Amino acid sequence: MAVTTRSLTLPAALLILVLFPLFGSSFYVGLLTRILILAIFAMSLDLLIGYTGLVSFGHAAFFGIGGYALAIAFQDATTIHLWQALPLSLAAALAALVVGWISIRTSGIYFIMITLAFGQMFFYYFFESPRYGGDDGIFLFFKPVLMIGTESILNLENENTFYYFALGCLVTGYLLLAMILRAPFGKVITAIKANEHRVRALGYSINRYKLVSFVIAGTLAGLAGFLEGAHSGYVNPSYMSWHSSGIAIAIAIVVLGGMGTLYGPIVGAFIVVLLQDFLPSLTEHWQLLFGGIVISVALFLPRGATSLLPRILSRRQTTRPDSPPPEDGPREPADG
Amino acid sequence: MELSFYLVQLLNAIQYGFLLFLVASGLTLLFGIMGIINLAHGSFYMIGAYLAYGLTEMTGSLWLGILLGLPIALLVGYLVERFAISFLYKRDHLYQVLLTFALILIFNELQQILWGTDVHGVAIPAPLAGSIPLTENQSYPVYRLFISAVCIAIAGGMSWVIQKTRLGMMIRAGASNREMVQALGIDVNRLFALVFSLGVALAAFAGMLAAPVDSVYPGMGENVLIISFVVVVIGGTGSIKGAFIGAMLIGLVSTFGKVLLPEMASIMAYALMALILLWRPQGLFGRAH
Repeated sequence: MAVTTRSLTLPAALLILVLFPLFGSSFYVGLLTRILILAIFAMSLDLLIGYTGLVSFGHAAFFGIGGYALAIAFQDATTIHLWQALPLSLAAALAALVVGWISIRTSGIYFIMITLAFGQMFFYYFFESPRYGGDDGIFLFFKPVLMIGTESILNLENENTFYYFALGCLVTGYLLLAMILRAPFGKVITAIKANEHRVRALGYSINRYKLVSFVIAGTLAGLAGFLEGAHSGYVNPSYMSWHSSGIAIAIAIVVLGGMGTLYGPIVGAFIVVLLQDFLPSLTEHWQLLFGGIVISVALFLPRGATSLLPRILSRRQTTRPDSPPPEDGPREPADG
Repeated sequence: MELSFYLVQLLNAIQYGFLLFLVASGLTLLFGIMGIINLAHGSFYMIGAYLAYGLTEMTGSLWLGILLGLPIALLVGYLVERFAISFLYKRDHLYQVLLTFALILIFNELQQILWGTDVHGVAIPAPLAGSIPLTENQSYPVYRLFISAVCIAIAGGMSWVIQKTRLGMMIRAGASNREMVQALGIDVNRLFALVFSLGVALAAFAGMLAAPVDSVYPGMGENVLIISFVVVVIGGTGSIKGAFIGAMLIGLVSTFGKVLLPEMASIMAYALMALILLWRPQGLFGRAH
């Protein structure tokens, strides 16, 4: 019953996530909230690198812009109304439209580098701007609330409420992306990743498709940055940095989890955050271990940790040849 | 502000541009010949600076430090190519980015294990420690002129090797058509190992030269790395001439940017790159594909 096991994995995982705050301590609820937020960010990056074939090195900028939009608009406010604040993450969509419009004209290493250049421009803009706190960034002392009249319906000050809100955002994002990918648009962008020239020969305007994909991914990254800013209570330029906490880690999350699938980045976010939480307790020089793990996965398991699941299931299947073969995961990317 | 002030800035810009050129020339060859995006290239600059610091402490002379450090850098380059980079030639850019990023983490940890997290300085060797007076209150340090002079010599030597020697012929051929070079029976694996090790040695040498003027600190490689990529992309991948022009442009823009428009200085180099890519998506001297 390999196929049934597999189709049950997602609902079971969701159930565990929904029930978690009933058992977990508030520290772990907070940690898990961070994982869920990063998962949204990684999922949006996967739409670019795993589905559209665009290795964007500036994606962290949209994450940062989502956070900064919230922080700049509400840094002096005593109440942050969610219905006013949430649309601000659309600032990232606008930035993605401009950056994407320019960047998609290039390809290969030039695309990686021009997106990196834009990412660095946003990073330094906020890093050197005294108005937005420069290096220190901006602190937010309140969390958003949803109120009707004077009645508060959803107060994110409560750790559990925030957790469910983030989970809701992740599930909504997942379903939206799944829908987009199932639609003709999704077929076209996956085809662009597989063979750009052929898609162009079929008469599609590939730049338009790439741009739409870039903007959708940027918007979702903005939402994740918005959540991160609201959750941690501060926004600073490190949101947009290319190493340590920024884009390189996000790429690690996507590849470690398994790119080209929507659940891969979610699993990857769990793996990476838990590793970053656990490894420092082993040794002071934990980055050595982390680097080693990243290298081994990228070399020996290029389709990520989630590619192990169908492999384990298909091994079980060999003992039972009558059951249908499990659907294979995404194929390895074409060699460059 | 008088003329001599601008002269000092100009000399600084040129010296900075030359150091960038040393790092970027290796990077551009790696990409042009092997098709590798090497994020860890900045780490070799850092390793060079730390080698200069460590060996100078040990031997008491920067010259001995550099003399001993260069073979070590070559060896490091060779080992890294054999045990990490050579697995990447046939991989997607994405995996190259990820693996070389992991290498940065590893090099940074090793640096902290070996030398700790303190900021260090290296003394300028005595004969070059003075400065040349330009006006009453403006002078220019001799060591900086020395850096530029050494870099000019290296750039000249490189241009000679690439234009006139058999190795240079293979490098040029490799940059323009990798498969053809292989088909002609040239041992590509050896060529790749050699070019990579030389690139590492150049980056490390830049770090060694820069150690006395900049301080030696953890994470110094990352700052150089990104700006070197900007240089490579502006010049066009695989082009040494492009890397040279790109390095000088970035040297000028960042030095004069700091003087004339301090709050926008860091952004300007990236903005320049974006503009150039808009105009020529393959860089100034890159071939269109």
